[in-house]
Amino acid sequence: MYEIVRREVLAEDSDLFEIYAPEIAKKAKAGQFVIIRINETGERIPLTLADFDAKKGTITLVALRVGKTTHLLGTLKAGDEILDVVGPLGNPTEIDNYGRVICVGGGLGIATIITICKALKDAGNYVIGIIGARTKDLLIYEDKLRGICNELHISTDDGSYGHHGFVTDVLKKLLDEGDTIDIIWAIGPAIMMKFVCKTTESYKIKTIVSLNPIMVDGTGMCGACRVEVDGKTKFTCVHGPEFDGHKVNWDLLLSRQQMYLNSEKLSFNKFKEKIRG
Amino acid sequence: MNMEKRKPSKRKLKVEMQQQEIEVRIRNFNEVPFGYSEEQAIEEAKRCLQCKKPKCVEGCPVDVDIPAFIKLIEDGKFDKAAKKIKEKNSLPAICGRVCPQEDQCEKVCILGRKKEFEPVAIGRLERFAADWEAEHGTVKVPNTPPPTGKKVAVVGSGPAGLTCAFDLVKMGHQITLFESLHKAGGVLVYGIPEFRLPKKIVQREVDYIRSLGVNLRVNSLIGKLYTIDELKGKYDAIFLGTGAGLPMFLGIPGENYNGVYSANEFLTRSNLMKAYLFPEWDTPIKRGKKVAVVGGGNVAMDSARTALRLGADEVYLVYRRSEKEMPARIEEIERAKEEGIKFMILSNPVEVIGENGWVKALKCIKMELGEPDESGRRRPIPIPGSEFMFDIDLFIVAIGTRPNPLISQTTPALKTTKWGTIVVQEDVPKTSLDGVYAGGDIVTGAATVILAMGAGKEAAKAIDEYLKKK
Ligand SMILES: Cc1cc2nc3c(=O)[nH]c(=O)nc-3n(C[C@H](O)[C@H](O)[C@H](O)COP(=O)(O)OP(=O)(O)OC[C@H]3O[C@@H](n4cnc5c(N)ncnc54)[C@H](O)[C@@H]3O)c2cc1C
Ligand SMILES: Cc1cc2nc3c(=O)[nH]c(=O)nc-3n(C[C@H](O)[C@H](O)[C@H](O)COP(=O)(O)OP(=O)(O)OC[C@H]3O[C@@H](n4cnc5c(N)ncnc54)[C@H](O)[C@@H]3O)c2cc1C
Ligand code: FES
Repeated sequence: MYEIVRREVLAEDSDLFEIYAPEIAKKAKAGQFVIIRINETGERIPLTLADFDAKKGTITLVALRVGKTTHLLGTLKAGDEILDVVGPLGNPTEIDNYGRVICVGGGLGIATIITICKALKDAGNYVIGIIGARTKDLLIYEDKLRGICNELHISTDDGSYGHHGFVTDVLKKLLDEGDTIDIIWAIGPAIMMKFVCKTTESYKIKTIVSLNPIMVDGTGMCGACRVEVDGKTKFTCVHGPEFDGHKVNWDLLLSRQQMYLNSEKLSFNKFKEKIRG
Repeated sequence: MNMEKRKPSKRKLKVEMQQQEIEVRIRNFNEVPFGYSEEQAIEEAKRCLQCKKPKCVEGCPVDVDIPAFIKLIEDGKFDKAAKKIKEKNSLPAICGRVCPQEDQCEKVCILGRKKEFEPVAIGRLERFAADWEAEHGTVKVPNTPPPTGKKVAVVGSGPAGLTCAFDLVKMGHQITLFESLHKAGGVLVYGIPEFRLPKKIVQREVDYIRSLGVNLRVNSLIGKLYTIDELKGKYDAIFLGTGAGLPMFLGIPGENYNGVYSANEFLTRSNLMKAYLFPEWDTPIKRGKKVAVVGGGNVAMDSARTALRLGADEVYLVYRRSEKEMPARIEEIERAKEEGIKFMILSNPVEVIGENGWVKALKCIKMELGEPDESGRRRPIPIPGSEFMFDIDLFIVAIGTRPNPLISQTTPALKTTKWGTIVVQEDVPKTSLDGVYAGGDIVTGAATVILAMGAGKEAAKAIDEYLKKK
């Protein structure tokens, strides 16, 4: 059992959970994730480590409420327990002194990109953050990122804050302005990562993405998480989650994410009925 | 006591074991056979010749004293019979159900050599004794010797790890059992379906081992949470029983379409995650109407029979050799056929055809058998121009598994073969690292429950000796 020591509602649909898991906290590195199972009948879902604190023995997860499991998670409070947490899983981000780096975070990816920005900054990079969300209220962690990044650019789809448009517009503008950029990280919904990669391809700047296919075990024993990179099948949980975005078969990822759409709906509706009582 | 000389019964065939009616069982996940009643068990036990030089014991990888436990059943001493088996085999309820007896003890049974005679149903009797004990008997917690103060980490809780932990804790060592999944049991819980091995039986064994003081740590992926080097700093010895859980794919076009599963994923969703109980349980699974499974082993049979129970109308088993070469247990092949699984032998998939991201059809090629290969089985060769296609909506790949490279990747000094299995010495199951032992599928590649148990046992002995010298 893993105790939730802090829970915050970050934005309309996203929750933060700080969980006591000292062994994982000690081992965790930027870019890794955990798999949780809330209760005995629950499914296993992956969530990225948004933060970890070896001294306090805690890890922080940020979850966007989309379906049954993340909504169920959203009903938990500080003091409640999660049945299973396994990790740290996946390979850590390859942190190095690259020079000038752009980190693009979309929606929930903003929470994830923080640990990466921090590690890149600590390694001596000039870090430019670009974050975007549908609307101002969904922008999370702006302050935190301002403290870490050398520059922070913001966009909202509806223009309620920062640049009116997508993160890719901001990115393109920065790239056109001509300062050399050595490497880019892009983390967010698959569709956003796909378009970031499309944008950066013509500038020939290496772009690392963190893929989020459906997973079961997260240890390499099922192949649910397989993706195609450079024409080869890879298991995201053990070979990734970070890959060279220019080599990813995005349409396959997007299609595989939809595999259980009908079941997910059924499960979520059942959950909503139960909550309503 | 009857002092007359014992005469074995003259019955030629095994006493039949009642099982669920076919039409009923193909739509539920309950265990197929019901097991012997006391009377049936005694009747079967009477068939045993009680050979002076029993061959069956030689056929058993862990040397269970088979004639002795059968005699105890015959005499109605069921509890004692179970204890007799447990002297050598700590998981009889499991082995009685899943061991390939037809290739082991029953294969060499002297009775079975007689014309028209079947061998003694050793597996069924083993299962009976173990179930009887669980239901009525006394589960004895063995006297453990005083603690030795030595600590051992056992990694992986499949049959190899469970057996190794069990033996070592009985020797007075302090055991921590690390398991990456949220439940202990290895393939016994995530792979082998409920209808063949009820999970409560596995749970019973795991509970028993914990009751002896083994500290089970689930959710602990070694290689990530702790490296082997880190474990070496905390424990006096290590046993690696991490199995061969990495699924192989065919490498043909279209294999990543939705609706294509590795057998491991399909079975894990159904067994470990209880997707057959969706939506009461949260994990979903694709229920196919027309299903193809490729492979010819137990894993393929289990996948096919699971797909059927999830509501398929037709299930095809595609296998590239002939039925004779199938590595699955005969019993499993027979059950699969009875249940209506259609065998498409001498065929091999060459392409998965998709539509809108989903599998739609399977293209196969016909094969013929050539000269025997390294495995001694005749090599299948494709017949040019013999491709054919049929519609499916679910495709399960059950062509084998390999060891998961996680531990070897994070432990460069650990010697492995080109197949990824861990190298151990010929005489003792010791790896290239001091104090680190290994056994089960991680050493042999995918094999059997009983061989994994035997390996766990052997390793426990070797570790005990190592610790005494340390
Ligand atoms: C490596 C990795 C890291 C992730 N990190 C985060 C994170 O930090 N925060 C966050 O909110 N989300 C993260 N996700 C996605 C998150 O796991 C899914 O949103 C969650 O599983 C949805 O479950 P649900 O029951 O609420 O929704 P559902 O209605 O079941 O599913 C909604 C969508 O989520 C995806 N999904 C469903 N089940 C799974 C599963 N078992 N594994 C992966 N994806 C699934 C599917 O694409 C699906 O269409 C991550 C995914 C991966 C693979
Ligand atoms: C579907 C199926 C049906 C089968 N049917 C039969 C049958 O009828 N009869 C028979 O005799 N055999 C059968 N087998 C084979 C048999 O189950 C295996 O040979 C046996 O389970 C191997 O035991 P093991 O202990 O070596 O490994 P496993 O049972 O594979 O257990 C290994 C355990 O280690 C864990 N692990 C792996 N890596 C790590 C890590 N890094 N850290 C922590 N834990 C880790 C795994 O999660 C797993 O729980 C079947 C196999 C399958 C897949
Ligand atoms: S989630 Fe099962 S192999 Fe990656």
